[in-house]
Amino acid sequence: MSIDGTSGSDFERFRITFFEECNEILADLEVHLTQLQEGALDNEGLNAVFRAAHSIKAGAGAFGFTDLVNFTHSFEALLDKMRDGEIDQTPQVADLLVRGGDVLAELVSAAQENRNAGPDFGADVLEQVNDLLGNAPKPTDAPASADAQHGEISSGMGNWTIQLTPNVDLFKNATEPLLLIRELRELGALKVNCDRSQLPPLRKLDPELAYFSWAFELESECSRENIEEVFEFVDDTCEIAIERAVSSENDAKSDEAPPQGAEVQPEASLPAKSVAAKEVAPAGKKAKAAAASSIRVELGRIDRLVNTVGELVITQAMLAQELADLTSDVERQPIAGQEQLANLTRELQECVMAIRMQPVKSVFARMPRLVRDLSGKLGKKINLRMSGEHTEVDKTIIEELADPLTHMIRNSIDHGLETPDERVAAGKAEEGTIDLSAAHVGGNIVISISDDGAGINRERVLAIAIDKGIVQPDAHLTDQEIDELIFAPGFSTAEEVTDISGRGVGMDVVRRNIVSLGGRIQIQSQPGHGTRLNMLIPLTLAVLDGMIVAVGNQRYILPITSIVESFRPSPSQMRRLDDWTQVVQIRGEFIRIVRLCDLFNVENATHDPTQGLVVLTEVAGGGKIGITVDELIGQQQIVIKSLNDNFDPVPGISGATILGNGKVALILDIEQLAGMKGTVPLPQERGDAKEVDAPVAIVAAE
Amino acid sequence: MQANMLHTQDVNPAVKGSENAASEIVASPTSCQFISFRLGEDEYAIDIMAVREIKGWTDATPLPNQPPHVLGVLNLRGAIVPILDLRSRFGQGLTEATPMHVVIIANVAERTFGILVDAVSDILTVEPEEIKPVPDADRSEGEDYLSGIINADHGMVVVLGLQELFR
Repeated sequence: MSIDGTSGSDFERFRITFFEECNEILADLEVHLTQLQEGALDNEGLNAVFRAAHSIKAGAGAFGFTDLVNFTHSFEALLDKMRDGEIDQTPQVADLLVRGGDVLAELVSAAQENRNAGPDFGADVLEQVNDLLGNAPKPTDAPASADAQHGEISSGMGNWTIQLTPNVDLFKNATEPLLLIRELRELGALKVNCDRSQLPPLRKLDPELAYFSWAFELESECSRENIEEVFEFVDDTCEIAIERAVSSENDAKSDEAPPQGAEVQPEASLPAKSVAAKEVAPAGKKAKAAAASSIRVELGRIDRLVNTVGELVITQAMLAQELADLTSDVERQPIAGQEQLANLTRELQECVMAIRMQPVKSVFARMPRLVRDLSGKLGKKINLRMSGEHTEVDKTIIEELADPLTHMIRNSIDHGLETPDERVAAGKAEEGTIDLSAAHVGGNIVISISDDGAGINRERVLAIAIDKGIVQPDAHLTDQEIDELIFAPGFSTAEEVTDISGRGVGMDVVRRNIVSLGGRIQIQSQPGHGTRLNMLIPLTLAVLDGMIVAVGNQRYILPITSIVESFRPSPSQMRRLDDWTQVVQIRGEFIRIVRLCDLFNVENATHDPTQGLVVLTEVAGGGKIGITVDELIGQQQIVIKSLNDNFDPVPGISGATILGNGKVALILDIEQLAGMKGTVPLPQERGDAKEVDAPVAIVAAE
Repeated sequence: MQANMLHTQDVNPAVKGSENAASEIVASPTSCQFISFRLGEDEYAIDIMAVREIKGWTDATPLPNQPPHVLGVLNLRGAIVPILDLRSRFGQGLTEATPMHVVIIANVAERTFGILVDAVSDILTVEPEEIKPVPDADRSEGEDYLSGIINADHGMVVVLGLQELFR
């Protein structure tokens, strides 16, 4: 545990935090810049963009990313001028800012990956920015614009009086006032007065607290912003007052200086500090205030918390069950407390889950950009409408959503939407529309992407599928089944590999991603009218709404979201197809039966579905299966545990959970079950007998 | 605990220990420790470092379509841990587990699993040279889980490589 080692890892941690912050800021920036491009950015928005650039600059400065600092500096200067109304929000400026945002993003990722973005990278944008700033002083002096705000024009020698009163906790932030003073001295001739009045008697002195404050007189032609920059990183731990003492009024100013020094006394009090600081750097302060309301926590810690609370929920359920089993009056006494415990546990669980929830906005925010870029490349006119960006979903899921969403939007634009000419010819508006929406439905989030394009070209899809051997040439598929072929592995409609789609990553990967999140994806297409993709994803990966079912003496969990209905089939609804396959007929549909008792070889289970129940479930890949169970025990929120941490994957099982009695119950994997064949042939006797007295509808159907 | 005490005892009289190494059962820095357990009449041992805990048998939840020696999974304080029947793994049929049977929870290659045995008997501390190689036999692929034989006071103890056993 060397000191070096520790500080090194601390540095690395700060670095990681910085880049995390940067990425959030950049996502936010993207949203605002898009608004700007649409001409809808108000002052508040402009301030937000400015703060974003400012935060990145501050961090970049601390870590010594000079490219990034230089660029953000000009970027920020431009924004500042816009705030002041010196530069109008013209489309050209908006476009420049958007490109600037790109450069910024690239520079950030370059810094993150420790590579050089190239000496000329972003130079053209920078040049244009500087051109715009043009008539104002040279780019390096651009910050002088801040002076304009105060009605001060930096010309000739000026005198500044600066009052610096640190918080007593200054040293705890590892700030050394001496360095600030040295930096100030580099700006010009500096006179320093140290106020030691707050210094306590020696026996009361705490060497870790900052007791001194300073009054500086600086003779320099620097701008206010130059001075502010010196204090940039301490403005939340110090009270800083910068006053201009113009040479001509030199005497007057120096007279005014003492009263300022008198401010030293009440300075320790917070209100005074924030008021003074706000006057100095309004933008910076605002950003700080917003940051103070949240903390940044490593995801792993929250995972542990979520797990522990999951355990607590189970333990509480166990206790409840055991208490309920006790009947004597004496033992009933603690039950009131038990109910309260149950309520608190549930509340705690909800709170902990809420910690991980974030709005999908961060993913949605990347989409306008994608659409804009692609519409330019493909010569299509697209109007992207988004709704429900504030819908919250688990952070881990948000991260996993970006790729599938990008891919689907790309597909909609590339394959779905027609060119303006085609659209006009088809009697539609020239501009195509893509709707992206998110909403909570039950325990799920539903994300929909719909376009008003040409819809799926079923003939072509089928032809390709047959060509690739995904479908037999003589197969008869319903429209829905054909549409779902686009999810088949190896399927791609792109005739040639463009740089937009057809990179070998197909919708099958998208579907796999969604399924691995415990979600499902559905497709609805109407030729000539467009395509809609619905993603149904659980709000969190850790908890699942499950139906506990009994098969023999075993308990299994079925995800509620995939259950359509359950029923006890009458013998006439059942039909054997061969030794392995049995179907049930419901409302004219024939659905394959998956006999859990045989498939999993469960003892004491009901083998005859007409004596038990069939649970009709939807398979994510499309289609339905009927799962035979003995009975439904009840619905419950369950905490998902991985089986694969300690064991190889078990076919048909996606995970496990712990029931109220402490026993493990397995969670069924519907998709895998749909593809599994029984280990033993169907029993002969009963099934056959029934077929005879029910010359079933399947014959008629064929 | 006892194993640790043996170990510390040894550190001080290092010279004396080496003189009497042959006659005394004393741990040296190079010595290894094993948990030994019984399976019927036979005694086996596994590396003590792989053992996380030892607990009594409770009913496991069966996993479908697994080899017979996979008895199912248990809830070990929130973790799902598979339980394997060693007797069945040796081809001697399933153990009829009772609450008197013992599950040794082991951690091998980042996986945690339990093995069902009849009883745990001892902690063995031996020098590496006391572990004799298993005589060559016509063992087929995947049967190289016998990693040595220790000649203990009360008889022979076969050392098992868990990783090889449940690969």
